[in-house]
Order: sequence, then C-alpha cells, then structure tokens
Amino acid sequence: MGEWPLIAGQVFNGFSVASLYVLAALGLALSFGLMRVINMAHGEMLMLGGYLAYLTLQVVPGPLGILAAMPVAFLGAAAVGAVLETTLIKRLSARPLDTLLATWGVSLILQQAARNIFGAIGVDVRAPQWLNHAYTVQSGLLEGLTIPATRLFILAVAFAVMGALSLLLARTRIGLLVRAVNQDRGMAAAAGINVRAVDLSVFCLGTGIAGLAGVVLALLGPVTPNVGQSYVVPAFLVVVLGGLGSLKGTAIASLIVGLFSALVQILVDVSLAQVLLLLFVIGFIQFRPQGVVAVRSRVLDA
Amino acid sequence: MVMRGMYKPAGLAALLLAATSLSAPAPAWAADTVKVGVLQSLTGTMAISEVTVKNAEILAIEEINAGGGVLGKKIEPVVEDGASDPAIFAQKATKLVQDGGVVTVFGGWTSASRKAMLPVFQKLKSLLWYSVQFEGNECSPNIMYSGAQPNQQILPALQWAVEKGYKSYFLIGSDYVFPRTANLILKKHIDADKLKVAGEEYVPLGGTDFSAVIAKVQAAKPDIIFSTLNGDSNVSFFKQMAAAGLPSAKLPVMSFSIGEQEAVAMGPSLVEGSYAAWNYFQSLDGAANKKFVAAYQAKFGAGAAVTDPMVHGYVDVYAWKAAVEKTGSFDPEKVRAAAVALDYLDTAMGKVKFAANQSLVQTGYIGQLDPTGQFKIIWQSKGTIDPDPYDPLVFPGKKCPAS
Repeated sequence: MGEWPLIAGQVFNGFSVASLYVLAALGLALSFGLMRVINMAHGEMLMLGGYLAYLTLQVVPGPLGILAAMPVAFLGAAAVGAVLETTLIKRLSARPLDTLLATWGVSLILQQAARNIFGAIGVDVRAPQWLNHAYTVQSGLLEGLTIPATRLFILAVAFAVMGALSLLLARTRIGLLVRAVNQDRGMAAAAGINVRAVDLSVFCLGTGIAGLAGVVLALLGPVTPNVGQSYVVPAFLVVVLGGLGSLKGTAIASLIVGLFSALVQILVDVSLAQVLLLLFVIGFIQFRPQGVVAVRSRVLDA
Repeated sequence: MVMRGMYKPAGLAALLLAATSLSAPAPAWAADTVKVGVLQSLTGTMAISEVTVKNAEILAIEEINAGGGVLGKKIEPVVEDGASDPAIFAQKATKLVQDGGVVTVFGGWTSASRKAMLPVFQKLKSLLWYSVQFEGNECSPNIMYSGAQPNQQILPALQWAVEKGYKSYFLIGSDYVFPRTANLILKKHIDADKLKVAGEEYVPLGGTDFSAVIAKVQAAKPDIIFSTLNGDSNVSFFKQMAAAGLPSAKLPVMSFSIGEQEAVAMGPSLVEGSYAAWNYFQSLDGAANKKFVAAYQAKFGAGAAVTDPMVHGYVDVYAWKAAVEKTGSFDPEKVRAAAVALDYLDTAMGKVKFAANQSLVQTGYIGQLDPTGQFKIIWQSKGTIDPDPYDPLVFPGKKCPAS
C-alpha cells in the first residue's frame, strides 16, 4: 500500500468530517442568519438527538431503527427548540449578549438533566448491521483504500439535508417569507408577514436539524451528557469561517476545515493538526473578516 | 470544550467553597474515633470513575468499624470533593490535613491531581494513599502508590504480546502525561526487543475524530494496537474502527484505561474481544475476591461493576489499618515505616505487599472482554512483580530517595 490510497482516503475523510461539521453547524447558521441569536445550547440539541436515537432504538430495534430515529430526533429537538424560543429567546430579542448567557445556562441545565435521567456514563447507540461494513478497493492504484459505509451514509444525509433546506428556502412560500424577513424585517412586518411566526419556525428548523445531526453523529461517537461540547466548538468555527449566517458559506467552510485537517493529518498528529487548523482560520479571518461568503442582504439565499 | 472546561470548575469551586465554609464542623476530637480523609472527585468529568473508588474506600472503613475499628478507635471518614480539578484537590487536601485533623488521606485519580496534592502532603508531613495505575517517574515519601507502576501493567502487556508473537505495534493515546510517558517506555522496550513500532498517534482528551488515525493504522498494518486513550474518546475510536472494517477480532487492541465499568458504559458488544492489562479483574478467582465483590454489590447494587482502582482503594484502607496496628500509632511517619515493613496481605487481587519504595508488589493480569463486559483472564505474570517507578531504559540511574 503506497501513498495514493492514504491520500485518497484522507480526501474522503475530509469530506466525511465536513459532512459531520455541516450537519452540526447548519442550525447555528440558520438561527444566527435570521435572528442574530447565538445559541450556546446548540450542542445540547445534538446531544438530545443522540439520546432520542437511543430511546427510539429501544422501541424500534433492528435494522430500520436508525431511520426511524431521524424523524423522531428532528421533531423532538424542534419541539424543545420551540419551547426555548417562546419562553426565552423571544423575550431577549435584540439583546445578543443576554441571549448568549441565557442559552449557555440552558445548555448547563440540559446537560445536568441528561445526567440525572440517563446517568453520567452515556448510553449505547450502535450502527445497524447494514451500515457496519466497509468497501475496500481490491486492485489498481488505490488498492487498500477503505470506505466505511457509515461515513457514506452520513455524507448522503448531509447532502439530503442541504438539498432539502435550499429547496425549502428557494422554492416554497415559507422560504419566501424567511427571505423577506431576512432582507428587511420592518418592511416585511409592515407588509403583513407574521415575523414572530417566521422566527419561531426558523429556530425550530435549526434545532430540528441539530437533533437529526445528533442521530448520525452517534453512529461514530459517544452519546453522553457532555457530547454536545465536543461538536459545538467546531460548529462555531465553521459558522464564523463561512460568514456568519450564510448557509452556503457554512457548507464551504465545513469542506475547507474538513479537508484541511484531514490532509494536514497525513503529516502531523491530531493535536498539531488542530493547532494548524486554528492558525489557518485566524489567518483567513485576518484577510477576510466577513468569512468565505460575505453576508449582505440575502443571507439565507442558499 | 475549552470554554466549558475553564468556567465550570471555577464555578463549582466557588459553590463548594461557599458550601463548605458554612458547614465546617467544629473540631470534635472524640477519644474513641480517628479521622481519615477520603478525597475523590464527586462532581465533574472524573466523577464517573472516582465515585466508585470512594464507595470502595468507605466500604472498607465500614467493615473495619464493624470489626471493632483500629487500635480500639472507630474510623470516621471525612469525605471531600476534588471536583475533577487539581487545584481543588490541593485545596481540599490542605483543608483535610491542616484543619480537619485527619491522620491520613485516601484519594486522587489523575496524575495531575496527584502532582497537585504532593507538595501539600510533603509540607504538612502527612501521608496520601493513591490507588490508580500511573506513569511512574515519581517517588515521594509522603505518598503510598498502590496502583500499578509501568513495569506492572504496561510492560507485562508487552511481554504477553511478544509471547503471542506480535511483531509490529501501533501506539495510540490521549494527549497528556500518562500516555506520552507510557508510550516512551513502550517504544524503548519494543526497540530493545528488536520489534517494530508501526506508528504513534495522539488525540486530544475527549477527541471524537479518528478518521486520520485509522487511515494511518490501515497504511501501517500493525499486528496489534496499544491504546492509552482515556474517557469518551474510546467510544469514538472503537465505533470508527468497527465502521472501517477493523473490529477487535481482525486487529486486536490492548487498552490500559478500560475496566469493567468503562466496558459496560461503552456497550460491551462494541469492545468485545479487545484486551486489557490490570492488576485486578472482577472475574479473578479466590475467596477474598468473592467476598469483596459480594460485599460491594450488597451495598451498591447487584449489577455494580468492580474495577482495579476500586480494589486498590479498598486494599489501601486495610493496609493502613495493618500498618497502624503494627506500629501502634496513627503518626504518618511511623505508619509509613510500618507499611513498607508489612508482610504479604491476602487481598481480592491476590497476595500484595508494599515495597521499600512505597509502591505495591503485585501480579499483572491480561484479560479479554466477553459480551457481558467481564474479562476472561488469559495470562498472568509469573508470581508478583516488584514495582519500579523509574524504568531503567528511559530513566537510567534515577532512584527513589527513600530506598
């Protein structure tokens, strides 16, 4: 096995890591883009998705459990998002720092709740048999290259979510309303659009996507009360790099981050790769503070 | 993670300080009791592991009290919370010894917490009983190290692997002092045995992405992986290994931080077939172990898992009792001298005794995980192994000040 399979494998891993990051970050980008809300409890929505996957798998064991878990986690996390929005975020609108602090408090409460309900040591969510294998290239230049089915599945989910989201925003009436509110909130309200309802649905959509992301992240990682913290930092990173609030930017930034760290790791270990990644992002932001995609009026025009 | 890690201990610290200053007990020096400190993390990220060690230490104290106590006195445990924060460990150790009037302290898990407490015990001339396997390279007269030294856990694992005929080793660890030192020792010995280190990789504590590490494993094609990963990273590692078509059955993994409790938490089927090296397994034979497991499960639940550090904590309390009775005093200096002069104790992990360097003479075992989260013991060292804090290949010429 020479260099080529390793490099090709790392390019694939870069896409795979990007798919994890984009799923983890889309919800953040959505709520920030429309409402300028930085949701510190976003990681806990991912955690919630993981636990909902665990509960669903108890009820629906067998090969299709994980497919059943995805809509359950989406709706469950969206419902929690609705409660969060109506009880807290709505009342703190236009006070970004207060929202930051309040949602951080919510994140601590949710972590402790998970600890009290499920215990501190985490629960077991496993990939079903039909995902638990890998494709290996048997001959040719890339002989020995291994592509895990689980990672392919997550890539497909990421593409499906991004496709559905851009269709929703570009082609539906709800998308039209969202874009209108995003372009000019006051004008949209004056034109008779229920701005509050648009805010609420976008926030729920964001937390719902996070819940769904939590299900697929559980296939490759742990489900513990503080698992959200492992993903929320890279999620913030790609949202900032992508241009705050831009969905297209978030997707591109995920890919940049994923490929950068995967390719750098051919030469250095994971710890150093993280250092280099952060240096790269700092450098990038120095020269392009607005991020990959500059956010002007049409923020959510993905 | 970084942010949370910074704020939470600080906040907890403030809360705990407030709580303890309110409830500080009057120094009651009843003639028929003697106070000992039990200092483990009851909150924070290490609580999962340390609460059970505290349980085992309390169990030993209760058993001793039920049997009449030590030198005619009942033991009164003073439990404090180290909150997974080395600074708090140091603070609470000071509080216990200086203000709490305890004669000795049982506690600590991470090397960082031990290093933070060490100057406190040296300054106050007290004695700490530390029950977790560690990286060696330290030998304080104020600490009794009952957990394995590298030559009692890591090197026996290597010896087993060499006997099995494994030639090529891949080292994976979390990025902190124990894995780095353990792998330094392993590399020197693998080289000395004329075998091959196929690779060495570190992932930050709590890291979840192993895609590149696994790609490097696949490229290097080792015979076995030696893993010093700690905590949740293990779940990500084993899940992603399985996803990449490398379950333990195909590429064996030897772990140094997975015990019975961790196996249950991770889902035994995920780690089934992988190996671990310890000085105790719940499945060990022997009347003393059967009695200990039964007593622990009677108190803490029928399914409760029992692990190596817990048993070391439990044995520490009994060793302290034996040393106190030998010297007839609670004075830490005299207890220390008596402890290293004790004969072999018959314990749940077999015959053990403290050596002159204050570490435990004990047996090394290799176990393989079965589907229920228990280990099948497949190898054990020939007799007990004398503890050596300074590996001769890595720290040539370094010796304990005490010996």
